[in-house]
Amino acid sequence: MTHGRADQTPPGTGRFPHRHLLGVETLSRNDIALLLDTAQSFKSKLVAHPKDRLDHLKGRTLVNLFFENSTRTRTSFEVAACRLGADVINFDVGTSSVAKGETLVDTAETIEALGADFIVMRHRASGACEYLSRQVRGSLINAGDGAHEHPTQALLDVLTIREAIGRVEGVKVAIVGDALHSRVARSVIWALTKLGARVTVAGPPTLVPFEFKTFGVRVSHDFDEATHNAEVVYLLRIQQERQSGAFLPSLSEYRALYGMDTDRLATLGAGTLIMHPGPVNRGVEVTRDVMHAPQSRILGQVTNGVAVRMAVLTVLSEATPVQELVV
Amino acid sequence: MTRLAEQPTLNPTLDTPSILIQGATVINPSRQLSDRCDVLISGGRITAVEKNLTREQNMQVIDATGLHISPGFVDLHGHLREPGSGHSETIASGSLAAVAGGYTTVAAMPSTEPVADSPASVRYVMDRASQAGLLRVLPISALTKEMQGKQLCDLAALRDAGAVAAADVMRTITDTQVLRRAMQYTRTLNLPIFLHAEDPALSAVGLMHEGPVSLRLGLTGIPRSAESTIVARDAQLALETGARVHFCHISNAESVEVLRFYRGLISTRNSPASLTADVTPHHLTLTDESVDGGKEKDVSNWGGRYATNAKVKPPLCAEDDRTALVQGLADGTIDCICTDHAPHYPASKDTLFELAPFGIIGYESALAALHTALVTTGQWTPERLIEKLTTAPAAVLGGNWGTMDVGAPADITLLDLESRYTFDENDLHSKSRNCPWLGQQMTSRCAATFCSGNPVYAQIDVFPDGLFCTRGDS
Repeated sequence: MTHGRADQTPPGTGRFPHRHLLGVETLSRNDIALLLDTAQSFKSKLVAHPKDRLDHLKGRTLVNLFFENSTRTRTSFEVAACRLGADVINFDVGTSSVAKGETLVDTAETIEALGADFIVMRHRASGACEYLSRQVRGSLINAGDGAHEHPTQALLDVLTIREAIGRVEGVKVAIVGDALHSRVARSVIWALTKLGARVTVAGPPTLVPFEFKTFGVRVSHDFDEATHNAEVVYLLRIQQERQSGAFLPSLSEYRALYGMDTDRLATLGAGTLIMHPGPVNRGVEVTRDVMHAPQSRILGQVTNGVAVRMAVLTVLSEATPVQELVV
Repeated sequence: MTRLAEQPTLNPTLDTPSILIQGATVINPSRQLSDRCDVLISGGRITAVEKNLTREQNMQVIDATGLHISPGFVDLHGHLREPGSGHSETIASGSLAAVAGGYTTVAAMPSTEPVADSPASVRYVMDRASQAGLLRVLPISALTKEMQGKQLCDLAALRDAGAVAAADVMRTITDTQVLRRAMQYTRTLNLPIFLHAEDPALSAVGLMHEGPVSLRLGLTGIPRSAESTIVARDAQLALETGARVHFCHISNAESVEVLRFYRGLISTRNSPASLTADVTPHHLTLTDESVDGGKEKDVSNWGGRYATNAKVKPPLCAEDDRTALVQGLADGTIDCICTDHAPHYPASKDTLFELAPFGIIGYESALAALHTALVTTGQWTPERLIEKLTTAPAAVLGGNWGTMDVGAPADITLLDLESRYTFDENDLHSKSRNCPWLGQQMTSRCAATFCSGNPVYAQIDVFPDGLFCTRGDS
């Protein structure tokens, strides 16, 4: 199943039948496995020879197009591209008026002129990457669009789970927090369910609507029930402004009902992984103590992030010719 | 209803020759007629609908073998965008689109710039419609000044200027007292109020129907209650005041239930109130899956995922809602089908989903979309479809259009119900292209349209040599 005008172009002889990475929903189980396996082999190389440069993407250009700030994700893509020998251009869009729709088309034209092979894009609007992917010849990689998807974050999280537990199939995962507004939650749910994990999504009914069942997950509104026997507890960020939309009475009430502290950690199995895509609201969805507990995989997934992004770039590049610079 | 007879009509010259249309099947819902008949038009009126009419001297003859003839379609909800947004549509381009879709009477909503809230602005619409000279345009005026929901317009003056109804279109009057007074006031004017039911606090920043699809796409949803709670509130006010109100574009199962309840109440209490309602072709045939590209994930014309051509208010809802609307129309809870023709110039829809305006154009796709989804599949007879597009909407306003009775204005539409084709944007006469059916396989099309006896549209594939020439092996 493919989406988008660009995906109508024959993807060539690659093992990966997509020109863009717009989300995990449209990937098959095999697609995800290919990306994880490729990432795993890159990770071995990174660990063994941290300073080595590869030449998989020599002569190719990656443009970082971040309409929302994210130093972490942008840097991770930049490092991944440099390790593979690609040129990186950080397109400066900041928070200026560029965020408007009309300007997005103008931006696309500029990027085309740069001969971009990869456009890594983050935008506050759901569907922004889908939209821009129809305007460009290169591969578009979604680095987060609105509340829609953030596929590379999900892939790196699933890689972390696979490394720690040794499998994903059948693993019981509880995702706790503001799933409604979370692009990470959607991508993680698609990745986990496609690989056969048993997923429960938990949080207040205003932030975890029952329609999440259509994603193939259980929905719960009780922390203890949702996390019972869980092998992974994946926490989501709670944003301050949710109180004003009447989604939550207060952050302290949220903390009391769903916050991960040492007491709740004690109710979980000793091997239960605690994860969070970051940035963390310390003391709201998770306490400092839990963050630094041995079960925590909240910090230090940088290598997995780079490895996954190297895999995405390499696999996408197999299907597309090098773009010419338009002068 | 003499007032309606004074609406602008096209004036055929008296020496216009009579037109004899031969060989077609006539569908005339007001007589439950569906039979092979010839139709004679003289002096702009229908003068005979009979089998084997004799051809006489001076008659022009149209060979309509294999076609159907119905009354011209009647629409109660269109945005013609003039004055103010002539790049999206004008009264002339909207008129052409309407006759190309088989319509001979369309109502123009007051959502113009400036808002049609004065007798002068109502007369302007009628003047521009006369200049276009293609069909009957019925102006609907605003209910409150500038549609701000605060101060009532001079409603008697607007009615006398030609307004057939009053509507603060595209928004709900949030001050319930203002709406209640408006209902009380219009009772004596016999001026129906057209209502757009949408609680702005519930629809808020919503972009599409709230459900699995909005969740999947990460788009803010609009719950069903945004419409159904206001339908309940406004129906209650109508019951209390005895007003004549019409709910526009009912979109979900909850609203149908509420409407059914209040129509029952009005009937059992013998209330003087009158509740009517319409539904659009898009709500009868599409669901929120269209926003995600539909089943085929069609990528043409801003389709695919985040299809801005399926972004509309009220939003396309779930399949259960769609079937409830079809059922509501069948059992009379909903009276008729109206397009909510809402043109937006092409560039405005070629953008991010959240930035695109709400709206779908409907005049040129209504027949084909409904026929393809409901008649070709065997759910509806062609007769039922024609009734919901002709006599049923005419009855909401009490107009004498939408009929082929002898003596009625010769507003008729020739239909090629057997036609199969790909719906192409180059076929559109509207200035806008925001139509979710583009690129799809359709059945049935309008073959020709007559307004007051004047031929105002002929489809080139059906009449390649002109309306009055013998057609090939048709």
